[in-house]
Amino acid sequence: MKRIKTVATRDLKKSVRCGGCGECQTSCQSACKTSCGVANQKCENSKK
Amino acid sequence: MVHLFESNGYYIAVDPASGSVHSLDEVAYDVISLFEKKTESEIVTALLEKYGGRPDVTEDEIRECIADVEELKAAGTLFSEDEFRDLEPKDEKSPVKALCLHVAHTCNLNCEYCFAAQGKYSGDPTGKKPALMSFEVAKAAIDFLIKNSGTRRNLEVDFFGGEPLMNFDVVKRTVAYARSVEKRAGKNFRFTLTTNGVLLDDEVTEYCNREMNNVVLSLDGRREVHDRFRRFYDGRGSYDEIVPKFQRFVEKRGGLSYYVRGTFTHMNTDFTEDLFHMADLGFRELSMEPVVCKPGDPYALTEDDLPVLFEQYDILAREMLKREKEGDPITFYHYMIDLTEGPCIYKRITGCGSGFEYMAVTPWGELFPCHQFVNDPDYSLGNVFEGVKDPALSEKFRSCGVYSHPECADCWARLWCAGGCAANAYHATGDIAGVYEYGCRLFRHRLECAIMMNVAREEDN
Repeated sequence: MKRIKTVATRDLKKSVRCGGCGECQTSCQSACKTSCGVANQKCENSKK
Repeated sequence: MVHLFESNGYYIAVDPASGSVHSLDEVAYDVISLFEKKTESEIVTALLEKYGGRPDVTEDEIRECIADVEELKAAGTLFSEDEFRDLEPKDEKSPVKALCLHVAHTCNLNCEYCFAAQGKYSGDPTGKKPALMSFEVAKAAIDFLIKNSGTRRNLEVDFFGGEPLMNFDVVKRTVAYARSVEKRAGKNFRFTLTTNGVLLDDEVTEYCNREMNNVVLSLDGRREVHDRFRRFYDGRGSYDEIVPKFQRFVEKRGGLSYYVRGTFTHMNTDFTEDLFHMADLGFRELSMEPVVCKPGDPYALTEDDLPVLFEQYDILAREMLKREKEGDPITFYHYMIDLTEGPCIYKRITGCGSGFEYMAVTPWGELFPCHQFVNDPDYSLGNVFEGVKDPALSEKFRSCGVYSHPECADCWARLWCAGGCAANAYHATGDIAGVYEYGCRLFRHRLECAIMMNVAREEDN
């Protein structure tokens, strides 16, 4: 496409099937302790 | 809906429901902004009027762009419907996987802004509860975690306080105990320690580099900013004493993870100066958080601070991109989003896990939903010896996912935020089911910056 470039992102629909293992870090454990979201959590599912 | 924004010269569309991100030129930006409000002919007319005279913006060009948007819509990456609202968690009962161990409810600093009331936490008027966690309590906490972790393999323990190094012997014995049982239990412990640095010596450094997956070092930035709040009990600032210790620690850390973490307040809304000061000191993994305090406190962030803070986040993003290009990058916790390897949808709708996956343990073994609820009698969950005695409270936290907040329903950032911090919501609205709107606005702006940085890297490639 000439005017739109799609940036690669995770397929969230696919993650319905292969996600949910729960092995990822708990958000607030890393560095913030006060203003957490999940945006910067890494997926640790080896089977995704 | 689609969220459109311009940042650092980049035009960006975010499709909230699919998590898709598109880098646009200004014509595509306008097409998408009009797409659901106007007919194709009206869009063509409007854009020909706006861009009249530009040879690259012809009627055919505009119609081609509209067709591209149609194609992306059909592919589910623009104007997509949220299909996750009824998604059930894979685990009906999410197991516990992380504990914040308050090994010391005491501190060798007397920081005025401390949400933990100088590490002692409020709620013990008797003063009879122990300030230091015994090994027996810590051991019971590890046993509680293993027992309640179900099939989870990775378990996290954060040594927190107060100042955890004031009870370093228990930290070491707890790690040794967990290591001695983890294989048999089929678990993998990851330890984190958060410290103000006062007791950081060679022994602690060597130990942390061997055992701690992550170490959080508390530094607010410039000397005058740091020493404004982070003082010893005799009134001396702690900057001069801890900075050399942190530098030595990081030098010996090798490639292992650490964060130099600061807090900004109304007194230093120019907090990027503090982050760049940290970088000048040699630190590269940085985090800077808005202060948590009562609205009336003199250092509380105000409505008037918001535009200043937004600009600061913009400055930081631009400077980080510049430093990346120069080959001397710094990282900032909130900008570390990985668009391709980030969290799955279950994580994105569940939230931080406080109260069910994650709990804080007091020195005497009482369980609270997280470190920010410690010693609030309304939020006592149970204890590490008997387990969770208030499952209804735990369930209340579990049900506080992103779709439980009506305010989040139309928020473009909902699947990156997951509903926000329950403690912030509680302190702002009196209810964990509420929303801390000020924090939402900061979060959304930070997220725009983080997405822009990804787009900038993509465009540069």
